[in-house]
Amino acid sequence: MDALTIPPVDLGLIAPLLVVVTWATGLLLVDTFFIPVGRKKLTGYLAIAGLVVAGLVGLPLWGVSGSTFGGMVRLDPFALTLTWVFLLIGILSITMSLDYLPRQDIEQGEYYPLIMFAVSGMILLAQGADLIVLFLGIETLSITLYILTGFAYPRLTSEEAAMKYLVLGAFAAGFFVYGIALIFGATGSTRLSEIGAYAADRDLGDTNLTLLLGGAAMVLIAFSFKAALAPFHMWIPDVYQGSPTPVAAFMSVGTKGGALAALVRLLFEALPTLNAYWLPVLAGLTALTMVVGNLGAIAQMDVKRMLAYSSIGHAGYVMLGVMVAGEQRGPEAFIFYILVYALSNLGAFAVLIALEHQGEEAWQLDDFAGLYQRQPLLAVAMAIFMFSLAGVPPTAGFMAKFYALTAAWEGGLPWLALVGVLTSAIAAFFYLRVIIRMFMTEPEGEPAPELNRGLTIDIVVAAAGTIIIGLIPAPIFALVERSAVALGG
Amino acid sequence: MLNAVPLPAVLTLAAALFCIGLFGALSRRNLIGVLMGVELMLNAVNINLVAFWRYFEARYITGQTFAIFIIAVAAAEAAVGLAMVIAVYRHYVTVQADEIDRLRG
Amino acid sequence: MLANYAIVGIFLVAAISFPLIPLVLAFFLRPKRPTPLKTSTYECGLEAIGDVHVQFKVQYYLYALAFVIFDIEVIFLYPWAVAFQVVGLYGLIAATIFLLMLFAGLLYEWRKGALEWV
Repeated sequence: MDALTIPPVDLGLIAPLLVVVTWATGLLLVDTFFIPVGRKKLTGYLAIAGLVVAGLVGLPLWGVSGSTFGGMVRLDPFALTLTWVFLLIGILSITMSLDYLPRQDIEQGEYYPLIMFAVSGMILLAQGADLIVLFLGIETLSITLYILTGFAYPRLTSEEAAMKYLVLGAFAAGFFVYGIALIFGATGSTRLSEIGAYAADRDLGDTNLTLLLGGAAMVLIAFSFKAALAPFHMWIPDVYQGSPTPVAAFMSVGTKGGALAALVRLLFEALPTLNAYWLPVLAGLTALTMVVGNLGAIAQMDVKRMLAYSSIGHAGYVMLGVMVAGEQRGPEAFIFYILVYALSNLGAFAVLIALEHQGEEAWQLDDFAGLYQRQPLLAVAMAIFMFSLAGVPPTAGFMAKFYALTAAWEGGLPWLALVGVLTSAIAAFFYLRVIIRMFMTEPEGEPAPELNRGLTIDIVVAAAGTIIIGLIPAPIFALVERSAVALGG
Repeated sequence: MLNAVPLPAVLTLAAALFCIGLFGALSRRNLIGVLMGVELMLNAVNINLVAFWRYFEARYITGQTFAIFIIAVAAAEAAVGLAMVIAVYRHYVTVQADEIDRLRG
Repeated sequence: MLANYAIVGIFLVAAISFPLIPLVLAFFLRPKRPTPLKTSTYECGLEAIGDVHVQFKVQYYLYALAFVIFDIEVIFLYPWAVAFQVVGLYGLIAATIFLLMLFAGLLYEWRKGALEWV
């Protein structure tokens, strides 16, 4: 047998990922063996510590560009910045769960390692440069999310949501791998750069082009499903409503960030030459997503479902950045939007958690009536998040939307930017409705329960971040600009 | 022997299997049946991958390795799915998908 | 190429006719004297009572699920075994890490009591 040349492996390039995975595995064992029932909060603190350590480990990697594992995993500033955003999402989600789980009687230590595993899947999606790695990333993220969705066992809605999510998710996975198989058949590789080179170098011929396009279409369907682009968004409201609120919060930003980060790489490394085929399709999907998400939200009287529909709408705005990621502004807008959306949306969900009583749901619009008189600070925080999600200055949401819309405008999709502006105007209606309820109506029902520490930290961090990024966006702009260079070049 | 069975024939088989799985997953009311349909879809992909590998030069080992990954991931998904079916069954005492409808779509 | 299929075809015909011929012969040659006892489902043994859809102990499912996971994950050892001669120490380390991860799963299961038949 010939000696096998093993590609050099540089574990340094996947250091944050490595820390998250090993920490999560270790934490799972530590939790079952050493942490007694009733003190599971400790597991949560340890999980947060792990995510922080992973973020710190990433610091020296700033500016490093390279790939390892034979080109299957890539590290560049784009991936690293997204990694930090994902770690932040994980930390905020765990913080808001610390008190939620015992209050709902569903405290299990496994929750925290599972969130960490989901974060590792997202990081893998940001770093993947090979279709196999992207598949593994998406499945790591999805399978942990199926379990987390059903975590409120024995609450029936939670189980039902998990089951729906699993069936549809497995379905999307089937499409994804079938698409990958066809792409592999057309080009003989699953490496994104090699697929791109193959498609660029030679005339593909009818057969291969058909295979490649068919494969790409199926992969795009799978990504649209994961990122909840219309018309593959049907599962979102049910799943969000049924799943534990922190999980819904995590899912709303996590799956979008992870799946669309991978989509950016796929489109611009593997399929840039097929641009003429996928751009119109994706542009149509994006327009439809923005319209469907925002129109759907208007009809909702349940704020959790409204946020679910609004997350569909926001997926559309994120897609604006994704589609023009060939230009410098595209990936910038993408990262910036994900960060801002994560802060505002996680904050809004944290307010929902604060209003949620034991076992009963208090997400109807009427439950927000007169919140200002009952809990003034909570109402102000919620108002900040709503303004940000609606894209009203001076919040960060305005900056993010402005960034995404101008990126699309300059990137040659002015009509899409117009659709974005129009749908934003529609969106303002249902976000402001919540604010009006909170400030302009008399309170009905008892005062909201006491805020506990984890939630307070969460809401304060999210609100402060939303305001500060809105007022002084320059440092973040500088960060995303430097992150986007590698991808554009 | 290499091309005893032409590649298009194998691809057609895989596509047919995928469609059967798809149909099964869409049309079955029984949750176990849905999971079986999904499993069939994933295995159709494996046939595809291995066929492409066989048809290309052997250096494209990717086809084989990816098939192994798919098998493993499919098992993980099936395990989670079945665990969930058991959990659902113990409450609803049914595995019929359309009888589980607490959430309004 | 067709010859290859011919061999398969011959095998197929032989395989089908081998059990079929005795059955057909027996059908024509045997005496027919049915009695109620003979036509019952089990000539010796008890008639089944109740529904087949009985609920098994939940441990049964836990065992089955654990088996599915571990049984399938071992598939990753197969490429290592095939390439054992050439991947050397690197392969050994990689396989050890992989087995350690499986072991972590097993430890978790053991501690959670999923391996006990109560």
